This record gives sequence, structure tokens and C-alpha cells, in this order.
Amino acid sequence: MSASVDLAIIGAGPAGMAAAITARRHGLVVAVIDEQPAPGGQIFRAVTDPAPLPASVLGPDYHAGRTLAERFLACGADYRPGSLVWQEEKGTLDLTGPDGQQSLTAKRIIVAGGAMERPFPIPGWTLPGVMTAGAAQILLKTAASAAPGAVFAGSGPLIYLIVAQYARAGVPVAALLDTTPRGARLKALRHLPGALMAPSYLRKGFSLLAEIRRAGIRVISHVEALRLEGESAVRSVRWQAGAARGEIATGTVFLHQGVIPNVNLAMALGCRHVFDESQRCWRPERDRWGRSSRNDILIAGDAGGILGASCAELTGEIAALATCADLGCLSQDAAERAAAPVFHKLRHESAIRPFLEALYRPAPQFLAPSDDDTLVCRCEEVTRGAVAAAVAEQCPGPNQLKAFTRAGMGPCQGRMCGHSLGETMAALTGRSPAELGYLRIRMPVKPVTLGDMAGPTEEERNAA
Amino acid sequence: MFKQLAQPDRPLVGIVLSGRAVSAPEGEMLAAVLLREGFGPFRTTPVGGRERAAYCMMGVCFDCLVTIDGRPNRQACQERVRAGISVEAQQGAALLPVGGSKA
Amino acid sequence: MAAGTEIAIVGGGLVGAAIGLGLVRGGASVALYDEGDVAHRAARGNLGNVWVQGKGLASPPYAELTRRAALAWRDFAAELTDETGIDLRFRQDGAFFCCFTPEELDKRAGQLEAAEARSQIPSGYSRARLADMRADFPMIGSGVAGATFCRLDGMVDPLRLLRALLAAFQKRGGRYLPRARVETIAPEAGGFRILSASGASHADRLVLAAGLGNARLAPQLGLEAPVRPVRGQILITEKLRPFMPRGISFIRQTADGGLICGESSEEAGFEEATTRNVLQDTARRATTVFPFLRDVRAVRAWGALRVMSPDGQPIYQRSASHPQAFLTSVHSGVTLAPFHAGPLADAIRAGALPDDIALPFSPARFHVQATRAA
Repeated sequence: MSASVDLAIIGAGPAGMAAAITARRHGLVVAVIDEQPAPGGQIFRAVTDPAPLPASVLGPDYHAGRTLAERFLACGADYRPGSLVWQEEKGTLDLTGPDGQQSLTAKRIIVAGGAMERPFPIPGWTLPGVMTAGAAQILLKTAASAAPGAVFAGSGPLIYLIVAQYARAGVPVAALLDTTPRGARLKALRHLPGALMAPSYLRKGFSLLAEIRRAGIRVISHVEALRLEGESAVRSVRWQAGAARGEIATGTVFLHQGVIPNVNLAMALGCRHVFDESQRCWRPERDRWGRSSRNDILIAGDAGGILGASCAELTGEIAALATCADLGCLSQDAAERAAAPVFHKLRHESAIRPFLEALYRPAPQFLAPSDDDTLVCRCEEVTRGAVAAAVAEQCPGPNQLKAFTRAGMGPCQGRMCGHSLGETMAALTGRSPAELGYLRIRMPVKPVTLGDMAGPTEEERNAA
Repeated sequence: MFKQLAQPDRPLVGIVLSGRAVSAPEGEMLAAVLLREGFGPFRTTPVGGRERAAYCMMGVCFDCLVTIDGRPNRQACQERVRAGISVEAQQGAALLPVGGSKA
Repeated sequence: MAAGTEIAIVGGGLVGAAIGLGLVRGGASVALYDEGDVAHRAARGNLGNVWVQGKGLASPPYAELTRRAALAWRDFAAELTDETGIDLRFRQDGAFFCCFTPEELDKRAGQLEAAEARSQIPSGYSRARLADMRADFPMIGSGVAGATFCRLDGMVDPLRLLRALLAAFQKRGGRYLPRARVETIAPEAGGFRILSASGASHADRLVLAAGLGNARLAPQLGLEAPVRPVRGQILITEKLRPFMPRGISFIRQTADGGLICGESSEEAGFEEATTRNVLQDTARRATTVFPFLRDVRAVRAWGALRVMSPDGQPIYQRSASHPQAFLTSVHSGVTLAPFHAGPLADAIRAGALPDDIALPFSPARFHVQATRAA
């Protein structure tokens, strides 16, 4: 079955939902494709489900997503939940969903695939019982499930939020091992004037920390080294902070080292990417409207660079207005006028980012492992030592590294190792990740069965 | 070990985990049930035979692979609880041929 | 060869690396110029077949070259593994070429029987019925009419091969220069001046093994490389338990467990992208051979460019105007690796190509005829 639309939006998080609402308001025929069964993306996961937890646990910012999701569901877009885009060619998307294999042709595509957590390759990070802080939050949102006695380790706004949410739900937390480097605050202070443009973010941050302290959760600051111990599952966390060190017994560890754009889709679509030194990650090139290097593809939300949920909504709106202008249903002037207040709000809302980026910049030892036995590529089980061996053979970059070690060849398609491979090679060679480049990502964007790729069998075709 | 803090508004259905019958909320993410039920490692890796379990819960890491009704390498964080499904840990590479081929 | 002779090889793919290894094994001083991390690297889009069946149907010298290389592969692989510790995953258990209609099978079998009768070197050819294939592949689909089989066909991991060639080359003192794309080569007193991304340098002797890049560089040295890109696309599945005791022309199960499927051939210029139609066709053919693959996931797909000459056969040339310059243009970098690291490297080290290489594989053949046979 092939359908045709003006605009296909991939991802139904805040950016995708806002883009759909805006594009529909201006009369575009819109389809929204999303892997999840309900709208919201990861930030508003399950926000439309009946909530079994008291609203105070996940907090007002989360529940505010419900209004957006409801507006989205009513906006008249052809919404396709539970569907996976795996291929695109000249504006035609192939997807598999509840109704099997389908294709969809669009004049424009907005990529709103969101972010993922930055890979955090430390000794033992592949042990069962070790998960990401984002995973802890998804379990709380979708299944009201939590792990009492867990250790949280890492840095970044999300880790404080989830620890506070555990505290609100009365779930005991063994410790928060904060890896924010000593001196990061000082570096961040330079960006304080910008941050003060939107003081609510600073207030929220301080109140989360206060909440964590009030709950009596053990917080160890400036953690410099982490090692997760165990054989077939995690048993304990060893930590070191300056001269202090310790070991905490636990069956669950949640790791977090900030979020980065989930680049695979935009890369597979052929959009040019750049290495963002401030966010220390790859992101697609975009103009101020979100247009990528491909003139039929725009990128909105955290998929285009990390700005957070409220900015994602705004960049989604802007990308939709640009699409309306490109397709001629809004004049350029009208689009500029409609976008002006959104751009204004975006400047305001994103003013905190340089401060956050400086404050939560991962310490080098958490970007690239220094221990030879630590896995960099989880799927193909490629260690830091194997990367070093290939580098010693003068392997010039991540793509030849992939060919020589299989790193990045597994089912996650490099999502879990792409950035750490670059960081590890950078640490070994003194070249920057920007200079080394990134893995070449191609379709299929996610693993897909040969049956879906082949289409109906001859008998099925004859029967039809 | 995970526990459920509040009962979701979903009917309970019977499923089988490594031969053990349990009840689980219909439509819930399968990985959440496995974590609560102490399923243990979700799989062993095809390369080194090492244990793995759910990691990212959002479909990007492919570490939560299990066998569902004999079909290998299913992402437990993307699968929903359906009445009567039988889940086994994924042991190394997929064993073939699997049942249910459409051809 | 005079002591201290510097040989420069342009191109660090399978062909350049094999020649480089052969030269350093013979004691030469060699610099291997390679591009950076992103290059038209045919090894990365390669199925890894060591393949004899059907090669050189219209050219007995090419058929014999291929067969000799296939026969040399086992020792070549063993030596390379000894030297580097890298298991090339080489196997030579014979392989099938599937035909999907009786007509296709009859036609192909007829051609291969004739080629086998002509050749001095037997390849272990036979014709297999579907029932014969079931012994090896109980799960084969009924959409397969039969196959041609050749005992000399085998397989290797092309990525491990490339890594091992470069590692062995460096171990023996060869200088590997990545990120050194060669821009121009100018003849100068006693050799050549090479201008690359990493600077200028001198070489006494030069070997062009730059794949499609040969077309650009060859005219600077009185050489000819009328090669064009022919795209191939492959798809790679998730890991499966081993079930293929031997290869099928376009489906290879790697030692890692994944299947590599692909046999496409397209004129697409320098466009390396994968395309819907070709991947769909590849998936259809693969699932016709093994219907259960419909439930198996493709994890990756890849497009890469073959280095194709007008008649599909290798070009080996020594320049008449600059006799210290040599050229190799070939799309069969895996199968012919033992030849490139062996007799060809020896000839280049000696400074001249023997007639049995120079005559049949000279680009002069394109001046008298313009055939386009495979």
C-alpha cells in the first residue's frame, strides 16, 4: 500500500507533535510515524495512559505533555504508532507497522527522532542489572516500576530528576555517584548571564538537588572513576573521588552521561553532520528553520542538537512553518511573521544551554575507556584494547576501524558505540573526533526482516 | 530487582517465562515484566557467550533480545504483553529455521 | 633491482596491499599511499568469495589466472595467518551457484562444461539438482531449479584479509601512509615525484593500484585504465547458528554467524548508496533459496563500487613511455590476492612483466576490439 502526503514526520515526541499540529493548522496533509504505541516520545512516554502513580512523582513538567499529546491526537494527522521507518529513497519511506509493510511518499520529511543517552563505556557496563537512567525513567512512566536500592552514577540534569522522582515515590536509593568534574561549576559560571535569561531552569535544578538532599540520599560528588563488579550480573559499584574510594553493593545501577542526538536516521537519509564541540557530539547541519543539507528534509527537536523538550516543541513548530513556506501554502513573509514569536521564545528557552553544556560536560575518562578490557562496542564485544591494536596498525578512522574490528556492525548499528569509538580513537591518536569522522550510516535504519524487505511472496502476490 | 509501585489500569493475563506461569498486565512493555519477575539475564551474546539484560529500554541498544513463542531475537522493550506468550532467554545466535515463516 | 630502490604503490585496498606485501616479502623498500577513512573501498562491500566458476568464459588466460590463484589460496592464507595471527576465515569447500529456472541451469551448465573441458586446471565442476543440494541444505526452497558446483570455489573474510595484508606489510617494514590521497604524479629524474595529501616525495618505481582512481592517475604516466564503477549492493543479516556447510554464490554465512547476501551489478556512476529495488530483489532471491530467511532480520546494507574494465578482465600494464611505472586495475581483489602478492609482485620487483601477464592483460586489447563480455 502506498500513500502520498505533503509532510511525513518521523517521531511523535514534542518536536514531532508540535510540527504536526502546526502543519495541519496550515492545511498540509501530514503523516506521523512513530515506533512507540502512544504519542509523547521518550520525554512524555505513556503520558496519555491512565496514570497509576500519584501525579507528584513524575511532576508537572511531565504531565504538561498530556495537553500537547491530546492536541496532537486531535490535529487530523495520519498518525501511525508502532511503526518503524527503515528505508527512504527520493521521498518514499518504507515502514513496517501493525499492518505490515507499507510505503509512504512525502514532499517533505521532518526528522524528529529525538535523543538518546550518551554511551557510557566503563568497566562492567554490559552486566545485567546495569541500565541507563533514562531506562529507569521509562520503567517508571510506562510500568510504574522501580528498583529499590539502586545506585545512580553519572552526570546531567536527567539523573537528578530521576533520583528525585524515586525519592518522591518513596523508593530507596543506595547512592548517587555524581561524576560532574570538580571545576565544572566554575567553567559554567561564565555562562551564568545567559542562564539567568530563563531563571526557572536554574530554580528547578536547585530544587531537585535540594529534594535529593532532603530525602537523605547519599550523594558522592566529583566521582572520578567507576567500576561495576559482577560475573553474570552486577553485584557492586566501586567508586573513587579524589583520595576517597568505596564499594556499594547493589543489584541495579543506572548510568547517565547526558544525552546526544540519535543521529542514525538523519545520517542514513544522507544529511550532512558536524561535530558539536560544545555538546561533544555529532549533530546534523541545519539552518535556523531546521532545514538539513537535503532540501526535502528538515530536522526538529533534540535529533538536531540537544535543547530539551520545551525547545523541541518550538523547533518542531518552526520546521513546520518552513515546510509550509517551502510547499507554498504560506508566503515567506507569512511564515516569518508566524515564526517570529516562536524564534523569540526559542532564544529565551535555549539561553540556559551553554551553562548546562559547560556544567555537565563529561569528564574525558567517561567518554573513552582507559582500561583495555572495557567493551566499547556492546554488540560485537569489541574492547578498548582491540581498538588500540587497530590504531597501532595505523587504522585511519572509525570506518576502517569498523571493517577491522567489527565495532559498529551489530544490530544497534553503531548507536551504542559510534561516539565512544570516535572518542577512544581521539584519545589514542590526539586527533579530534571531528577530524576522525563518524561511522557511515546507511539504510536500513533499524534491523528489518528479509520478508519485509522482499515484500509479498509470489503466492501472496498472485493471491492478491 | 524491580517492583511495581502501583497497579496499572490493565487486565492481567497469563504468560509463561522460562516455563513458569505468571500473570502480567496486558499491553505492558514485556521487558518491565521480565525485570520485575526476576527473569535473570535476557540473553547470552553470540560473540562471547556473556549474559546481558535490558539496558536502554527505548529500542536502541538491542541487548534485551529474547525468544518469544520460538521466534528469536525479539526486543523485549518493544514487545507488549499478550495473553499466552511464552518467553525464553535468547541463547547466543538465533537457531533456525524458526516456526511461523510466511513462505 | 638496484639497492635502495624506492617503490611507491598508490592505493591501499586489497590489490595495493597484496602487491605491497609481495614486494616487501621480496626485500623491496615500499611506501603504500592510501586515502583516509572514507574511500571507495570495494573490500567493504564484498561478499568474500574466492571464486572460479564462470570466470573467464571468454578468456582462457583469465580463467587460468583465476584457477591458479584459487589453488594458491590455502597456502597463501596459512602464511598470512602465521605472520599476523589474523584468522582470515578462509574455507575452500566448494560452492554452488543457484539457478532459478531449468533453462538458466541448462545454459549455465553448458557454458561451464565447455570451460572445464578447455582448461588445463580442473576446477571440480559438476551440475547439481535440487535434490543434490538438499544434502547440504535441507531447508532449501523449492523455487531453486538446481545449481552449478565448483570444488575450487571458497570464501574468506575480505575485511580480515585487508587488515592482515596491511599488518603483514607493515611488519615487514613496509611504510603504510593513510590519509595520503595521491593528487598528481610527475615523472622526474630517476623516477617520479608524488604529490599527496601528506606532502611531496620521490619514488624510483611506481605501481598504480588505486582502483577507480587509476583512471585519473594513469594518463599522467603513459598508462591506461579504462575502468568504470559498477555498483554492487549487499545486505547482512543478524547472526544465525551455522547452517551453511558451504557457500552459495550470493549467500555466504560468515564465521560470525551473519549472512552476506548480494549479487547485484549496476551502472550507477560513483553513487554508492543502496537502493530499494536492488535490496528488494536481493531479499527476494535470498528468501527464494531459503524461505525461512523471511523471518530473519537484515542488520545492515551496503553499496560499493567494483573496478570494472570494458571486458571485465584484469588490466596489468607496464608503461612504455615510463618503464618504471606499472598499473593494476582489477575487480577481483579477493580471488587474485595470491597472484598479486606472488607472481605479480615478483615481476614488478624484477622490473618487467613476463609475456604471460603482459600480453593477455594489456589494455592494448581495448584498441582492437570493444567487447563487453563478462
